[in-house]
Formats: sequence, structure tokens, C-alpha cells
Amino acid sequence: MDKRIYYVLRIADACLIHGQRLGEWCGHAPIVEEDIALTNVALDHIGQARALLTLAGELEGRGRDEDALAFLRQEREYRNPTMLELPNGDFARTVLRVFLWASFMKVLCKALATSTNAQLSAIAAKSLKEVRYHQQHSGDWVVRLGDGTEESARRMSDALALLWPYAAEWFADDDIDRDAQASGLGPAWSTLESDWMAELQPVFEAAKLSPLADTPFRTTGKRGVHSEHMGYLLAEMQTLPRAFPGAVW
Amino acid sequence: MSTDRTEWPLWEVFVRSKSGLDHKHCGSLHASDAAMAIQMARDVYTRRQEGASVWVVRSDQIVASDPDTKDMFFEPAEDKVYRHPTFYKLPADVDHM
Repeated sequence: MDKRIYYVLRIADACLIHGQRLGEWCGHAPIVEEDIALTNVALDHIGQARALLTLAGELEGRGRDEDALAFLRQEREYRNPTMLELPNGDFARTVLRVFLWASFMKVLCKALATSTNAQLSAIAAKSLKEVRYHQQHSGDWVVRLGDGTEESARRMSDALALLWPYAAEWFADDDIDRDAQASGLGPAWSTLESDWMAELQPVFEAAKLSPLADTPFRTTGKRGVHSEHMGYLLAEMQTLPRAFPGAVW
Repeated sequence: MSTDRTEWPLWEVFVRSKSGLDHKHCGSLHASDAAMAIQMARDVYTRRQEGASVWVVRSDQIVASDPDTKDMFFEPAEDKVYRHPTFYKLPADVDHM
């Protein structure tokens, strides 16, 4: 398959799977206001995924639309980085992941403004406004919890210890990144790392958090090899469209 | 201010719509401080394109008239029709009266 499709699918699937995870908070957030805020973020992600999956389907040219790509692929065909499929954990881990991903999306969407694919740059321009808010809202919570009570600080620091090693995958380039960079489709993700770190810095400082040392641990979701959590997530997400093909509201 | 630490304070939310001139009261929410209240107001009250601007005010900062004084406060105005500026011709250039 065309490498361009994989480049788009990595972003599309990250948004789709993270949106699905955030949707699990619906009805369970600590307060009703945050319940609505988190589901707003989830819906933004699903909207981004829809546009990107449609684009991926068009690049593929085999007649697969957003629904076919979202609901009728096998686990190995999903290209999201592994971090986004991990279970939500507690509220601290949830908001930290939103913050890490929104900060990444912010620098990615800015860079995609000059994409040679006009559709991709248009999707990025629209998404940029959404993810700037995601970053602000989640960053606010990261600071409140990180610089909060003894318990909230412990939970935030545990969340960072768990999530941080999974971010390394984002910046580990492969042929798909190099192809996108060369063709002007989008940046190799490794080129975004320093800008991403700069986005984290003020919030981490206020939250009394520090980036952790790099480890050899590299996840492989971007290549379709996922964690043990992915199958359960897909089973829940796909059950309705598979049981009732073509179902509509 | 309440000394109850088990619940966040209540805030009143005012939203100005895109075409609107004034902020209209649209509800309330709980938030721990002003920054959070503004964000929550955005998420709770402007998710269907309602707003172009949001105000929040601590509910306990609002001074309200006493419902029991309604007779004294408002009813005397009922028969003072001459207080309405309906006996004047407005110049065409005056908007928003």
C-alpha cells in the first residue's frame, strides 16, 4: 500500500482510538462540567478522524469510506501509536495523555499547513483550533493536579512515569516518515520533538513535573503491532457496525 | 464566602451570542476558580455555537432583590404608562433603543 496512506492513517487512527477512549468517560467524570468537557474533546477527535479516514480512503482508491476504515479493519491495520490505546486509568492519567497528545497535534497541525496535499492542510488548519483548546484545558488540569495535594501530585507523577516511555514511539522515524518528508506530504515526526518539548515545558514547570530519561522501550502501534488492550477496545468499538452492517441512526 | 470545602463554588454564566449586543444569563456551574469557570462555561454552554463571549460571576457576589418586596418594588410602575418613551418620534439614526 502507498506509504502516504499509512502516514494519514497514523494520525487518523490516533484521533479515532483516543476519541474512543475518552468517550469511555461519558457519565463517569468527577464532575458533570468535566464530563461534558471530556466528551467535547472526544467528539473533536472523532471529527478529526472522520475527515482523515475519508482522505485515507480516497488516497487508497478502493472505495473504502470513513466507516469502512473505522469499523471494518483488523487490529493489525490500525496505525495509531500505542499510547493512545492504553486504558484511561485514573483522571490524572487521562488528562496527562490528552495534554501530551494535544501538544503533539498542535505542532503537527502547524507543520501540516504547508502540506502538498491541500485536503490534509485544510483538515490540519481546522484541527489546530480544536487541539489548542484541548491543550489548554488538559494543561490546566495537569498543573492543578501536579501542583495540588499530596495525593494528586502522586497520581500525576505516576501517570507521567507510565505514559512517558510510550511517547518515544512518536519520534522514532521509519520509511513512512521519510517518504512523507521527502514528498512534502507532512513532516517526519522526529522533526517535531523539540517543538513538542517546548510546548510541554511551561506546563511541566508549573506542575512540578520533569520529562523522564529516554529508555530503550519502543512501542510499535504505528506499524500495526499493538498492545494487549487494543483487541478489547476494537471489539467494543466495532460490535455494532459488524452486527448490523450499514446501520444508521 | 462559604467555608464548606466539600463542594466547589457556584458561578453564574452569561453568554453573548454572535449577533447579540448583550451578555444573557444562561445558567450556572461549579468550578474551583475563575479560570476553571470560564473553561467549563465554554464547554457546558457554548458547545452548540451559542457564544462569541462568556462572562462568569461568583453566584455569591450577586446581590438580588428580595422576592417578598415585589409589591413595593415593582407593582407601583404598572400604571405609569407615561414613563414609556412612546410619545416621542425617534430620529432614524438612533439604533438599539
